[in-house]
Amino acid sequence: MSEVLVLVDHVDGKVTKPTLELLTIARRLGEPSAVVIGSVDTSSLKQYGAAKIYTVDDADIKGYLVAPKAEVLAQLVEKTSPAAVLLPSGGEGKEIAGRLAVKTGSGLITDAVDVAADGTTTQSVFAGSYTVQAKVTKGTPIITVKPNSATPEQADGEGAEEEFSVTISDRAKSARITASEPRKASGRPELTEAAIVVSGGRGTGGDFSEVEGFADSIGAAVGASRAAVDSGWMPHAFQVGQTGKTVSPQLYVANGISGAIQHRAGMQTSKTIVAVNKDEEAPIFELVDFGVVGDLHAVLPRATEEITKRKG
Amino acid sequence: MNIVVCVKYVPDATADRRFEDDNTVDRVGVDGLLSELDEYAVEQALQVKEKLGDDTEVTVLSVGPEQATDAIRKALQMGADKGVHVVDDAIAGSDALATSLVLAEAIKKIDHDLVVCGMASTDGSMGVVPAMLAERLDVPAVTLGSEVEVDGTTVRIRRDGDAATETIEGTLPLVLSVTDQSGEARYPSFKGIMAAKKKPVETWSLGDLGVDAELVGLSAAWSTVEETSARPPRTQGEVVTDEDGSGATALVEFLASKKFI
Ligand SMILES: Cc1cc2nc3c(=O)[nH]c(=O)nc-3n(C[C@H](O)[C@H](O)[C@H](O)COP(=O)(O)OP(=O)(O)OC[C@H]3O[C@@H](n4cnc5c(N)ncnc54)[C@H](O)[C@@H]3O)c2cc1C
Ligand SMILES: Nc1ncnc2c1ncn2[C@@H]1O[C@H](COP(=O)(O)O)[C@@H](O)[C@H]1O
Repeated sequence: MSEVLVLVDHVDGKVTKPTLELLTIARRLGEPSAVVIGSVDTSSLKQYGAAKIYTVDDADIKGYLVAPKAEVLAQLVEKTSPAAVLLPSGGEGKEIAGRLAVKTGSGLITDAVDVAADGTTTQSVFAGSYTVQAKVTKGTPIITVKPNSATPEQADGEGAEEEFSVTISDRAKSARITASEPRKASGRPELTEAAIVVSGGRGTGGDFSEVEGFADSIGAAVGASRAAVDSGWMPHAFQVGQTGKTVSPQLYVANGISGAIQHRAGMQTSKTIVAVNKDEEAPIFELVDFGVVGDLHAVLPRATEEITKRKG
Repeated sequence: MNIVVCVKYVPDATADRRFEDDNTVDRVGVDGLLSELDEYAVEQALQVKEKLGDDTEVTVLSVGPEQATDAIRKALQMGADKGVHVVDDAIAGSDALATSLVLAEAIKKIDHDLVVCGMASTDGSMGVVPAMLAERLDVPAVTLGSEVEVDGTTVRIRRDGDAATETIEGTLPLVLSVTDQSGEARYPSFKGIMAAKKKPVETWSLGDLGVDAELVGLSAAWSTVEETSARPPRTQGEVVTDEDGSGATALVEFLASKKFI
């Protein structure tokens, strides 16, 4: 069986959930080989079926953005002739994928929400209004996959570790990170991974405490519209939509959000959609499974209170 | 300094976007415009020019159908100095790899120190062309900037990432991409609109660039779309009007009935 290279995403030495999803998908296409740039606890990679683990010491390339990572993968593609390369969708994953495609003369598919055993991908396009099936036809298929595209399934992987040393060109090191300020942890679930997302828009008037209180009562992640982000009420990392995050949770609750096409692009594929908006004509109501026409400042605190009471 | 801004002509996102029978994006039947996300790129290029206050020249470059001149014209109205439009029947249906190839060859023909792109096109939305351009032009890329500063030959950006806010630097020549957080794009002024009429726009074909037509277009694509299907529209569920707390109660009932509580 051919190898399938999976670029491992990690934070603070821990493998992220989207990586486990990629390993699960990789098993459909061949034998997963995890590619670790830096150092991580590799136990979960083995638990989720990595047959091989290529580790690349990042001492030399830390702080140099994506170009060196693309060089690492290009050299591994050369060495292993894999059936495919899977990367997490997201700014960094997509850039590495784009460079890798040029370097290896390969076709590229971004933002897949599913990948079948024959390499056929499913994507959601035009603000989620179309579904597209596509396939790479030249070179090594390079596919970036959105978070939550598969349920991670455990499988024993041999996890044979192999240190892979690469030569990185000086050119690849020509752009660098000169300062970095970590984002404060919110203590809430990750937006793109959460089963429930509660968001707020311009209708909050700038006070997100009611949205956050409601979110906490049902264990949800908090999101925001661009209007709320542009007003400086929430950091950009919380933005849902075309130029923010795409979320596809079990439940999405939009509060004081009108439902512009660019916002829909980031939440339209959610399983269940609920909205609270004081304007019964708001376009968001076209999408909802359940809607409340009303003032969120009245509805949310009351709902939070009732839920807390129910939970006892 | 010479700045090239890459702008794409895209179907209007608020119109009914659709696919053609051959599964390519319908770029003719739907009204098109300058990709809103590329307006931010034009804006940042103009701000760099204004800050330098010298003879810096901003060239807008677009690869696209005849109507893509509309996108170039809009950027000229905003204040760019001249335009280059690469148009060739053979380009239709090109994917990001082919598009980046044509763009790179065109950029090589234009004097450039700084290439500015949008964060993603509003139709394809892959967000990979800037990285591909950097790879093809053999220059660094500083991408997804929400704040841009040019200091001599150093370009510095702020990037608001998920895990951290970073400061990123590169040395010219390089490719820069900017997000929609980088600052409101200006509207063309009446003076700008009049001035744009006299600004030069060159039209280049693949032949002018020395790019083999076999390498681009739908038949040369590196991936194929096998099927496109419109997602069934969502059907509206129950909508209640809140009266003295009834909305909250109904909401909680609904969530409980779906086992979210
Ligand atoms: C290129 C581009 C990219 C974009 N990307 C994004 C994106 O990624 N994400 C995004 O969200 N937007 C994006 N936008 C912006 C988008 O077009 C909308 O402007 C934005 O989504 C509006 O945010 P909103 O719904 O919060 O504000 P509004 O449209 O102003 O809606 C506010 C809503 O709140 C309701 N309201 C007011 N007060 C109350 C109250 N007390 N109780 C209940 N309801 C109340 C109002 O009835 C109204 O419906 C993008 C736009 C462009 C051009
Ligand atoms: N056909 C094109 N003509 C000019 N610039 C383009 C074209 N396609 C993409 N770009 C540039 O590349 C950026 C990212 O596009 P994409 O990778 O298609 O999402 C855009 O914001 C533009 O700046």
